[in-house]
Amino acid sequence: MSTLTSAPARTTAPAPTRRMSFGTWFAELGWRYAVGLVAIVYSAFPIVYVISSSVSRSGSLSGSARLFTSFSGDNYAALGGTRFWQWTVNTLVIASITAVATVIMGAAAAYAFSRFRFRGRRTALTSLLVIQMFPQLLAFVAVFLLLLSLGEVVPALGLNSRLALIMVYLGGALGVNTFLMYGFLNTIPKEIDEAAKIDGASHAQIFWTIILRLVAPILAVVALLSFISSFSDFLLAKLILQSEENWTLAVGMFQWVSDQTNANWGLFTAGAVVSAIPVVLLFLFLQKYIVGGLTAGSVK
Amino acid sequence: MSPTEAPTATRGPSRPRNASHARDFGRGFFLKLALVGLVDAFGVYLAMTAFGQGAMGVFWGMVVVLVAVNWVYFSRRALPMKYLVPGLVFLLVYQVFTMGYTAYVAFTNYGDGHNSTKAHAVDALLIQNEKRVEGSASYPLAVVADGAELGFAILDGDQVRVGTAELPLWDVPAAVVVDGAIQEVPGFEVLSRQDVLQRQAEVTSLRVPVSDDAEDGSVRTQDARQGFVYRSILEFDEASDTMTNVETGVTYTPNDRGQFEAADGSRLQVGWRVNVGLENFTTAFSDSRYATPFLKVLVWTFAFAILSVAITFFVGLFLATVLNDDRLWFRRVMRSLLILPYAFPAFMSFLLWRGMLNKDHGFINNVLLGGVGINWLSDPWLSKIAVLGVQLWVGFPYMFLICTGALQAIPKDVLEAARIDGAGKLRIWRSITLPLLLVAVAPLLISSFAFNFNNFNIIEMLTEGNPRFADASVPVGATDILITMVYSISGLDGAAAKNYGLASALSIVIFLVVATISVISFRRTRALEEIH
Repeated sequence: MSTLTSAPARTTAPAPTRRMSFGTWFAELGWRYAVGLVAIVYSAFPIVYVISSSVSRSGSLSGSARLFTSFSGDNYAALGGTRFWQWTVNTLVIASITAVATVIMGAAAAYAFSRFRFRGRRTALTSLLVIQMFPQLLAFVAVFLLLLSLGEVVPALGLNSRLALIMVYLGGALGVNTFLMYGFLNTIPKEIDEAAKIDGASHAQIFWTIILRLVAPILAVVALLSFISSFSDFLLAKLILQSEENWTLAVGMFQWVSDQTNANWGLFTAGAVVSAIPVVLLFLFLQKYIVGGLTAGSVK
Repeated sequence: MSPTEAPTATRGPSRPRNASHARDFGRGFFLKLALVGLVDAFGVYLAMTAFGQGAMGVFWGMVVVLVAVNWVYFSRRALPMKYLVPGLVFLLVYQVFTMGYTAYVAFTNYGDGHNSTKAHAVDALLIQNEKRVEGSASYPLAVVADGAELGFAILDGDQVRVGTAELPLWDVPAAVVVDGAIQEVPGFEVLSRQDVLQRQAEVTSLRVPVSDDAEDGSVRTQDARQGFVYRSILEFDEASDTMTNVETGVTYTPNDRGQFEAADGSRLQVGWRVNVGLENFTTAFSDSRYATPFLKVLVWTFAFAILSVAITFFVGLFLATVLNDDRLWFRRVMRSLLILPYAFPAFMSFLLWRGMLNKDHGFINNVLLGGVGINWLSDPWLSKIAVLGVQLWVGFPYMFLICTGALQAIPKDVLEAARIDGAGKLRIWRSITLPLLLVAVAPLLISSFAFNFNNFNIIEMLTEGNPRFADASVPVGATDILITMVYSISGLDGAAAKNYGLASALSIVIFLVVATISVISFRRTRALEEIH
């Protein structure tokens, strides 16, 4: 604080290389660290808590309130006695198939709109814009009734079928994704296609081997966003998947936590840590791409 | 063209103008053939099954899809459609059709008591009102089983007849009868006395139809030895379209609500779905049982969506501004730690907070607040605050990310120019940074609003809409937003009687709100962009 008197002189000519006094430093930068620290504590404490709960010896909510009072792997071991791993597999299979199919169908549609000029093209684009304003979530009663009727004909397409759930998700595969990719495809020069066409490539070869490779980053973003949205879907999964062995993580873990006795808290926290770690790592790893996709108009 | 020639034929500019790849028999063609063949095989199987079961809607739907797919992939004229059809089929079935069906259901009284067509309702009524026919013959009976499914075998004169709950009685000449007792029935196992006793409840409730016509009644038993024919006390007269109770003589005629009604106003329980016009919409807005909670829910839905966006944006923008300084060390690390709540799967966050906010054992009450017993999730106001608090934790990193991105995209020279012109920090922030930032993030704020307007997960997983309104006859609560209210009213969660009609009508109301906002915001953002 003894250098405080000389501080005004320095702030008028701030040189990044020169040392600042503590007062100036705090006024300029220090408080930003303080705010950042508070924000980090705020955003991290629930995650610290979930980790602490998951290694707590008591498997109940009441026994795991204090942080890190006991260490044991009991909760993780207990997951083996539940359907947790089955739910994880279900979730991964459903979300992955949905993501891959969404990307292919969305990219194909975007390719058609971007590269071909056909009658009704503008109308189709506009109708797509209008249709995707109606969230599929709102039609859940109709989806339920539709699957009820389909299930009477072919059980695999009806209620309580994972395949049926995937197909319902794929109903939303066009829509936002098509527009996202349509914009991207338009930025790829048509001359590339034409050169390939002159060399004798068919439209299918151009699509699969040229266009898809060129837009690979946006395909990854769309796949990831689609994966996240089916990973965290709760309403449709709960309506459609009725028996416990078909559940996804969202449905199963909700069942654990909504249980009034809170006896499954240890299971939930262990399961949450196990299934969130890959997601969190993937997220931090792919931050750059996801942020790009976010500003393109998708919300978690 | 032979398969070996195909590649050379497609190569080079000398390819004839009308040679299409759809007619080239190369590798791609066979792949296509295999895929379309697979779709066809599945589709034909589906269509045939549907036809066999009389599900004509599914049958015709499948036929249309199959014709379209085959035409598109084997015609030369439908090139763009080859790329559109796969997504389009799913879009039409699972999105456009369900939209249309929602609109249709919204104008009917589909739900418990009005579940199906009139023919089904008549059958159900006849079955539900069966009684033993006075003085009717009794038949020696044996309980038989085909796997887990039970059935009855009866001795009608010399003829053994067998049937199950699904299949009406049919003759089985090959059955073995000894001393008037049925010993063996081909295709079934005759249950021993022991087995019958074990499944007594199932046996006494089993109903084996005499024929396909529900009016012929059914065979039932009380003691598993004697079977009696039960007939309905109701009689349906197709010519006059009336139901008559043969015991009391009361005649019921169908009313316009989809129920049979007698002259004295009494109605039969099972009805069928009929068009009720705008009734579901008027119920939602004027029937006091629904209108009062509906209004409260509507206000809270808007408050929740607007406040969610406002607080997360405010905190996110504040942090982005504070941390957007090139001289800061560890910026990347701080950023990664700050977006942890966003990287953590959202539905798990809601469940985690549900536990943390628990009144007696939760982390918030016990540790952070030192043992107070605050009723976070069951007080009408506190639960709303809790929902917003959780939303803040889950949502601020997203706003932080997009604000950081927008701030970094603001050209440095513009800020520099303002500084040279003598603008103070606050002035630069207000007149340059904020407007430029708002242009960039406004569309995202609006889509965030639209998303939160229908944020089913946070409400259902955190509070399930609780605490319930004490005065409402429908299971709706203080934190319910429209979409969770629709879920409760539909009855698909099992908490209330099913009312698909009203639920669909409310879905349409939500859609109108969201669509209006989208359209307005679309125009506004365009206007904003033009200004700047």
